[in-house]
Amino acid sequence: MSLTHYLVVSALLFSISVVGIIINRKNVITLLMCIELMLLAVNTNFIAFSRYLNDEVGQVFVFFILTVAAAEAAIGLAILVVLFRTNKKIDVAELKELKG
Amino acid sequence: MTHNLIHLLPEIFLLTAACIILLIDVFSKDLDRNLTYRLSQLALLATAVICMVQFPDVQYHLYDRHFILDPMAGIIKISVILLAMLALLFARPYILPRRILRGEYYLLHLFAVLGMMVMVSGGSLLTLYLGLELLSLSLYALVAMQRHAYQSAEAAVKYFVMGAIASGFLLYGMSLVYGVTQAIHLTDIAAYIADNEASLTLRFGLVFIVVAIAFKFGAVPFQMWVPDVYDGAPTSTTAFLSSAPKVAAFGLAVRIFGYGFIGTLIDWQGLLIILACLSMLVGNIVALAQDNIKRLLAYSAIAHIGYFLLGLLTGTAEGFAASFFYILAYAIMSLGGFGCLIYLGKGIEDVKNIEQLKGLGRKNPWGGLLISVLFLSMAGLPPFVGFWAKLEVFLAVLNSGFVWLAIFAAIMSIIGLFYYLKVVKVIFFDDPEKEQKIVAARGLRLGLGLTSLSVVALGLFPAKLLELCEQAFQYL
Repeated sequence: MSLTHYLVVSALLFSISVVGIIINRKNVITLLMCIELMLLAVNTNFIAFSRYLNDEVGQVFVFFILTVAAAEAAIGLAILVVLFRTNKKIDVAELKELKG
Repeated sequence: MTHNLIHLLPEIFLLTAACIILLIDVFSKDLDRNLTYRLSQLALLATAVICMVQFPDVQYHLYDRHFILDPMAGIIKISVILLAMLALLFARPYILPRRILRGEYYLLHLFAVLGMMVMVSGGSLLTLYLGLELLSLSLYALVAMQRHAYQSAEAAVKYFVMGAIASGFLLYGMSLVYGVTQAIHLTDIAAYIADNEASLTLRFGLVFIVVAIAFKFGAVPFQMWVPDVYDGAPTSTTAFLSSAPKVAAFGLAVRIFGYGFIGTLIDWQGLLIILACLSMLVGNIVALAQDNIKRLLAYSAIAHIGYFLLGLLTGTAEGFAASFFYILAYAIMSLGGFGCLIYLGKGIEDVKNIEQLKGLGRKNPWGGLLISVLFLSMAGLPPFVGFWAKLEVFLAVLNSGFVWLAIFAAIMSIIGLFYYLKVVKVIFFDDPEKEQKIVAARGLRLGLGLTSLSVVALGLFPAKLLELCEQAFQYL
């Protein structure tokens, strides 16, 4: 498998996550999953390049991204809990009080 | 291999102080968290003093070139810390009567400041990213701090999702740049671009990075989160969010565009021109239709980002200095503007509509004058600092040969004048509906006095600050 294959997979994952965020009107948890997917697409990219270039820096970068992604997921879920407590719903379509 | 950690002292000190304050806060029995507040302010002050003492005269590339210490980093760090201290001064009286966790609120400010300090000193894509994430994660939590208000939660969800998308785009761009250049250091990337023709993949990565930075700044067409977040977040958080992080994000933009990608100026310049024009257009026109004062300020923030980008897109040291002056002036004005909203709020009720400011000039001349000075300065009228800021970016654009852009920006700032003057008119020429007394805490009055004083003082004597801004970019 060549570098291009990996890059295509990662581009596909990235597009799926972006499209998922845009067209998803149901649930905020799906948004969080899409965000995670986006970061995983980036990780695939970094690792593919790292292997292709024979350079470890890309893999080290991936470790940092993984850690930050964990922290980000924690904050996202915490915000979700706050939303659920005040609203009793976590539908994306319900997020419409702030507009104008 | 040993490293001399003395250059990292401000960051190390702030991190240690934040951890110690966190521990003290855990064992504190005081509901109002007086001690945590005082210690937080003290820690910020001490960090600012350390930054000033070891202010660098030349540019150092430290710790395997992951960390850059230069006059630009020094100036941005000091200004960010001072802005954060003012924001804390405003936040204190705002959160005391409300159900907001006190200790955590102050600590999140400290961590956000630490993130900004790391970000403006970033010498590689990795440090820039880590600093940005530390800042963003703290800000998401700060927006959600008013846990019992639905609006705050909704704003936090929107901000979180948009911020995470921006981070994803930034990382994707960075991964492509890494793949092409085999480097994550800004100096290596700049060297690669100087030696090689920029390939399509590299440009593709650059576009992703530009989009991410536009998201973070809230430039049109990536502005949709700005009004909702400004409106829904607690006002004290909005005051912080609209000031210090913008200055730090400017540092990020200069590091990436000025230090990393200056060789592909043509590529990102065109994108920034589009962003700047759209931001000025949409920000100013939509602001005309706003009744809610927080949303009005949010759209004015979008417009200001448009003017600010004018200096950045020239890609010269002069342009960067003009942009830096602009964003500093804007940060002070915006902090003051939201500070005024905290000042005018009664009890736990926030000021929402412009109508509520009716006749303020008669009931409370000082308050009315204060808010008018800030709004006139934002509109760019002399003799306030906003005028010089606009003049500088217009001059920078003219000197780079974009005459039409300067004319467009001037027309847009005339349109912008309408809605700022509308607020001033409501304050001074409309009759008050009912009598009300404004009682404000001493810290809040002190903070507001300082911001409006600096708006007037910098407006009358801008030369010193301008000189400082130019000095910051001598190593470009």
